[in-house]
Amino acid sequence: MYPAIVFLPLAGALLAGFFGRTLGDKGAGFLTSLLVLVAAGLSWIAFYHVGFLGEEARVPLLPFIGVGDLNTSWSLRIDTLTAVMLVVVTTVSSLVHVYSVGYMSEDDRQPLFFAELSLFTFAMLSLVTADNLIQLFFGWEGVGLASYLLIGFWYHRPSANQAAIKAFIVNRVGDFGFALGVFAVFYIFRDVNFDTIFAAAKEKQSLTLPVFGYQANALTVICLLLFMGAMGKSAQFLLHTWLPDAMEGPTPVSALIHAATMVTAGVFMVARLSPLFELSPTALTVVTCVGAITAFFAATVGVAQNDIKRVVAYSTCSQLGYMFVALGLGAYAAGIFHLFTHAFFKALLFLGAGSVIHALHGEQDLRKMGGLRGPIPFTFIMMLVGTLSLTGFPFTSGFFSKDAIIDVAFASSAPAARYAYYLLVIAAFLTSFYSWRLIFMAFFGKPKDEHAFEHAHESPPVMTGPLLILAIGALGAGFVFADYFVEAGYAHFWRGALFTLPSNTILEQSGHVEAPLIKWLPTIMMAGGFLVAYAAYIAAPGLPAWTVRNFKPIHAFLYNKWYFDELYHWVFVRPTAWLARFLWIYGDGAIIDGLGPDGVAARVIAVTKRTVRLQTGYVYHYAFVMLIGVAVLVSYFAYLFRGALFKI
Amino acid sequence: MPTTISPIEAATGIALQQYLTVAAILFTLGAFGIFLNRKNVIIILMSIELMLLAVNINLVAFSAYLNDITGQIYALIVLTVAAAEAAIGLAIIVIYYRNRGSIAVDDINSMRG
Amino acid sequence: MTIAGFFFYLFSTVLLSSGAMVITARNPVHSVLFLILAFFNAAGLFVLLGAEFLAMILVIVYVGAVAVLFLFVVMTLDIDFTELRAGRARYLPVGLGIGLILLTELIFVVGGFAVAPGAVQPIPAEQVTNAAAIGRVLYTKYVYFFELAGGVLLVAMIGTIVLTLRHRAGAKRQNIAEQVGRRRKDAIEVVKVETGKGIS
Repeated sequence: MYPAIVFLPLAGALLAGFFGRTLGDKGAGFLTSLLVLVAAGLSWIAFYHVGFLGEEARVPLLPFIGVGDLNTSWSLRIDTLTAVMLVVVTTVSSLVHVYSVGYMSEDDRQPLFFAELSLFTFAMLSLVTADNLIQLFFGWEGVGLASYLLIGFWYHRPSANQAAIKAFIVNRVGDFGFALGVFAVFYIFRDVNFDTIFAAAKEKQSLTLPVFGYQANALTVICLLLFMGAMGKSAQFLLHTWLPDAMEGPTPVSALIHAATMVTAGVFMVARLSPLFELSPTALTVVTCVGAITAFFAATVGVAQNDIKRVVAYSTCSQLGYMFVALGLGAYAAGIFHLFTHAFFKALLFLGAGSVIHALHGEQDLRKMGGLRGPIPFTFIMMLVGTLSLTGFPFTSGFFSKDAIIDVAFASSAPAARYAYYLLVIAAFLTSFYSWRLIFMAFFGKPKDEHAFEHAHESPPVMTGPLLILAIGALGAGFVFADYFVEAGYAHFWRGALFTLPSNTILEQSGHVEAPLIKWLPTIMMAGGFLVAYAAYIAAPGLPAWTVRNFKPIHAFLYNKWYFDELYHWVFVRPTAWLARFLWIYGDGAIIDGLGPDGVAARVIAVTKRTVRLQTGYVYHYAFVMLIGVAVLVSYFAYLFRGALFKI
Repeated sequence: MPTTISPIEAATGIALQQYLTVAAILFTLGAFGIFLNRKNVIIILMSIELMLLAVNINLVAFSAYLNDITGQIYALIVLTVAAAEAAIGLAIIVIYYRNRGSIAVDDINSMRG
Repeated sequence: MTIAGFFFYLFSTVLLSSGAMVITARNPVHSVLFLILAFFNAAGLFVLLGAEFLAMILVIVYVGAVAVLFLFVVMTLDIDFTELRAGRARYLPVGLGIGLILLTELIFVVGGFAVAPGAVQPIPAEQVTNAAAIGRVLYTKYVYFFELAGGVLLVAMIGTIVLTLRHRAGAKRQNIAEQVGRRRKDAIEVVKVETGKGIS
């Protein structure tokens, strides 16, 4: 069963990729969707078996590398963490496949699109079922590749191509750290298989690695390097610049890759390597800080954006920060639980945004929308559900998972916990504000563009069906599963898939937060955000413009994403371009071309031109030269035998 | 230097070296004739004949002083070949003249490269 | 000096000077005539060396055939007196230098050689003429070279004919068979001619 889950999407990718023309657009869409749906069904069965019946598994597939101490093989590791991720990935992927049949119906390269979606699914599944770091890295790179292909799917748009390359390169920076981390793991543990590493972690706690001449704790170094990969993949602060640009890709791609699955790979990786991270308090603190800053930063930027997809993208970035905060404070289960619920409501929000864009025939600017709840009421309800869940309205799934994290931050005594708590609370307020801002600007008020408004129509069932299923998950997933993920049923459900030290009782502690103010603060923040958004966009519509006019620098700072793109451009892109240009002109041009085609080759031709003058065509010239040659030879031999020569 | 005086030297009083010197000078004259002439190609052929004659003198001189008849056989064959080569060379000159109208050495440079 | 010595120096001097004249004469016919003179003097040198047969062969073949052939061609091709062109001066110094080097070395070789012990052959008991001596080895030991020399001459003859033969249109040639097979009735016609009228 488990190999089927992983390889059915691969089969779909290969079939749609190579036989796309034979299958046709609809055929490719249906085939790949069917295969991933089957995989999704099997995943839920697996989830039930592993999580509730307790049947873990290891499925060895093929041997891979066997060189010296490095022995890895392709094998599937199935424990609760894997099962949770399998469910998330396959469910969202299958719904996105079905949705794309409708959304991409006017595109002429549909089979390729579906092939790439399925390829991505396969890579993500091999990442989450990996039993060793090499296989995890294979999936890691595979999702990066699929992300690049899909972001740049509409390749005739230069902005799409640039965004795809930006995503790949920024990911590459993170992957560089990740690769160094894998090397460090092998250096310390002499093995890359998870079972071995996890078992040996405790003994290696006190080892050190030399870093720039300074002996640092080995496990900390490893965890920090691996986390660098997570920062790139999950678009955390400093390596976040690619995520908003990734919205150049089609909306289903954003929903699948940049909301529910690829960006959560970093979170998954940290949770999977919890045995290592638990033993390095420094690394955990770094994770917490980075996560908290990201949550806050992304929320502030999301407030000032006008593109509907960018708002949701920054929302994703912010929520990922929440997950990392949870992981950093030792509550791995809370982080994964939020990953689980977030997949549902964020995919719902993205697909709903796609439905809006589809209805308006490509319009993505919020300032041109308005009053859409009339023409597209179903989409409106779905977006409402998603927003309620995202902001943590009581008893939606977001309520359970997000508030769990904030409680964890409050209850923790870790060094960065308090600081993280404040940032998370403020981020909750901002999250609510920009989410409701999006709803009000798009669905309420007067339509700003009459023409687009006239032609707005609801999406076909193939697009609204997945929305409905996601909405059910967004509403109910928290209520149904909270018990198993983070509350009483924790131990039985997880059964050691997430490692915690005996001293780590944070989940229990967070459950005992008693003060009503603290317990309900997140909800208060949510309500506050709603009220401010209502005031700004419904009650007093002139308020946003007045704010922008009077707080221009602040608005500009937020709108331009804290000027990170400009900063990176100055610090990294320009020097690199200068260096490349320098090497091209002087290295390639002067040295290589100068020695080669322009240098040696030209010298050969010059010498040849002069030598050719010997061929005059006159026989007597040739005879003369022959005579000179004879004279030289005879002189040479006369010199050689000079002793015998002068015996006259 | 030969240790015994050959009969010819005894009879005529002329050493082998003298004959060889004559042949050497004649050979050089022939070689000069090839590239110092600006007149026509027939002079080249005649210079070749001079060189062959010098070689013949060499061969016969050695044959006489070493009492070996093989040198003269060789000279005979050289003679034959020289005659044949002169005939063909002249034939070529004749038809070259027919086609080009000139046998001035300076005009024969179509193999210029 | 002996008579032989005197003749040696006479023949050598004339030989070398006529060789020099061959290459420097302005009139090409003069060049050929000087070549003939050189051949005669070389034949004289051969006689001094005791190779009288070879000397006569030299005169017959070289003078009688080759030089006459040269003369034929020089006369046939309408060759002008060509003035000495200015370009000769350019090569003269270098050529002269090379020539001098070559000559010097040739003479050094002449002075410094040693004869290998087994090279000098014993003089045969009976005295034979040069022709007989050549004949004794030419048709026995060196018969293949003899045949090959004949082959060379054959090839040269064929080659020359192939190169220069051309059929000129309009040239009158004899067809012997036709001439011999001519009958009286094709050749002669008896015509009655009236006085004063003529054949019309």
